[in-house]
Amino acid sequence: MKIHEYQGKEIFRKYGVRTPRGFAAFSVDEALEAAKKLGGKVWVVKAQIHAGGRGKGGGVKVARSLAEVKTLASKILGMQLKTHQTGPQGQKVRRLLIEEGADIRKELYAGMVVDRVSQRVVLMASSEGGMDIEEVAAKTPEKIRKVTVDPGQGLTDADADEIALAIGIPEASLPQGRALFKALYKCFDETDASLAEINPLIISKDNQVIALDSKLNFDDNALFRHPELVALRDLDEEDPLEIEASRHDLNYISLDGNIACMVNGAGLAMATMDTIKLFGGSPANFLDVGGGATAEKVTAAFKIMLSNRKVKAILVNIFGGIMKCDTIASGVVQAARDVKLAVPLVVRMKGTNEDLGKKILKDSGLPIISADNMADAAKSVVAAVKKKAAQKKIVKKKTVKKAAKKAAKRKAKKK
Amino acid sequence: MSILIDRNTRVMTQGITGKTGMFHTQTSRAYANGGACFVAGVNPKKAGESFEGIPIFGSVKDAKAQTGANVSVIYVPPPFAAAAIEEAVEADLDLVICITEGIPVRDMIRTKYRMQGKRTLLVGPNCPGVITPDEIKIGIMPGHIHKKGPVGVVSRSGTLTYEAVGQLSELGLGQSSCVGIGGDPVNGLKHIDVLKMFNDDPKTEAVIMVGEIGGSDEETAAQWVRQHMRKPVVGFIAGITAPPGKRMGHAGAIISGGKGTAQEKLAVMEECGIKVTRNPAEMGRTLRSILK
Repeated sequence: MKIHEYQGKEIFRKYGVRTPRGFAAFSVDEALEAAKKLGGKVWVVKAQIHAGGRGKGGGVKVARSLAEVKTLASKILGMQLKTHQTGPQGQKVRRLLIEEGADIRKELYAGMVVDRVSQRVVLMASSEGGMDIEEVAAKTPEKIRKVTVDPGQGLTDADADEIALAIGIPEASLPQGRALFKALYKCFDETDASLAEINPLIISKDNQVIALDSKLNFDDNALFRHPELVALRDLDEEDPLEIEASRHDLNYISLDGNIACMVNGAGLAMATMDTIKLFGGSPANFLDVGGGATAEKVTAAFKIMLSNRKVKAILVNIFGGIMKCDTIASGVVQAARDVKLAVPLVVRMKGTNEDLGKKILKDSGLPIISADNMADAAKSVVAAVKKKAAQKKIVKKKTVKKAAKKAAKRKAKKK
Repeated sequence: MSILIDRNTRVMTQGITGKTGMFHTQTSRAYANGGACFVAGVNPKKAGESFEGIPIFGSVKDAKAQTGANVSVIYVPPPFAAAAIEEAVEADLDLVICITEGIPVRDMIRTKYRMQGKRTLLVGPNCPGVITPDEIKIGIMPGHIHKKGPVGVVSRSGTLTYEAVGQLSELGLGQSSCVGIGGDPVNGLKHIDVLKMFNDDPKTEAVIMVGEIGGSDEETAAQWVRQHMRKPVVGFIAGITAPPGKRMGHAGAIISGGKGTAQEKLAVMEECGIKVTRNPAEMGRTLRSILK
């Protein structure tokens, strides 16, 4: 689960990670009020969306007067902010963070993730703050320093100092750097975070070490023990189809293509998408129906897939093990009837009660295309989409021809 | 022979009284020698009771002492599953197979830390389990699609493993053992560990290795194959079409920072002499082509 920067900073402050003072604002008036409360002469107006790259997209601006705070707040609130992470349509800004300005001497980077190789938490830091850290990692990997945290001891003073010195935190700020890294680890560990990022982490002109940004993601599997974090979820930032899917215990992710697919199991679902692509099609979604796919669940899945208007065909790929093919087949038939399916449907079923399942599909009288293996299923669904597109073209051509004839007749009449 | 488990393995089910635990203990018991293999259940609150004739003990230690079970399978719900693994490790079992999906990563980091220096092996969590066809099935896979034979199967995903197995069996190619290592980022045995076992197993003649996006386990395994593997390996990686930054169902299946892409993995595997296929419908036939 992702949260906003201002929420992340509130959590940081609880753990003793130093941040600038600031307040969240949901309207221009609240933004002004926040700036007044903060006082001073410089404020930063920051768009709060879950995607990164907000600064480059024009979502972070410095104001040097209250009037400017007002202008910037009204400009940024409600804008469609486009960054490299939002996609071309951008994300609407509904919240702002108004913060006091900071005197920056040096910009650094700090991040924390679970490292699969060591199977432990790793603290990463770099002297190259404020930049795209993936670019730094690709171009100058030596500038990213890492320390693996011993789960028994936690992040030690020695670990923290080693990293602090390696990324050029000056002697005068060393105790502060140490305190910040240790607090960051405690925060990461206790909140069940899956990612923590501070970019930039700054050294101020008076040698303070401050988190100027915050990015915190949490392990979805651990949310059951963090109701306080669940309360921070912002549904406006999530894909409505993905939210709807999660209500039905379906694992759905929207993609760019036009062939919807419904599969049981995450690995098989990915492999099905890959096969569609291999045979020249393009998947519209990832959808794992999980182990116990009831008729209700399959119907919900069909509705979700079909609310994506780009969808031109559906491919169902089920490997029935514990889940029986006849159960799935009945679910598919009922779902197809319920949603009055108007796009081609290809079903591939394998495993327990396979023949019974196929019979149910056949006897349903619905125009369901049955396939024996994944490759055939993918080929059939791609062909079905192409055929439909071709039919449309012919229809279009015919209408054009008809129109031309009519026009000619009209001309002739006029003469 | 086989790897990890065979007809002589004696198994206890941790979480035998839950719905999933009950159901899969039944199906596992009904498979091949399962009737003799599944000898105990564990539930601290139901010691002294039994499930369809299988005695339930209050702890793993008791179950081991009373029945001689050397392997456990875990269906305990996610909040308590990591502790269940630790209990099995403390009781010095040979092998723990954790089926439970959704264990917090932090719990697994701690559990793995405490497992250091212990001899107990862990498969999973979030996996279908392990099967040695015609001998024993421990887990949630459909037993009937398997067939005894010379091919080892190791995979990070459940139904995709069944897909590979189904293709092999249809071609008349049986399996020595099939190991689902699970899709979580912090887990027990990795591809490389299982490949080493297949390499040493005289009954395994070739291996199918199924991976997915995220992490670098497949690359590490591929490098090992290049140096040490004496048997042919066929590989497939799921997720060529997966966009970066999106978690594809499994907690571990995510491309982050441009790392862990399917293309990258396939390239390394090919370079290391693994016969890869980009068409998951061809896993079985690809394996047959290298056996001939």
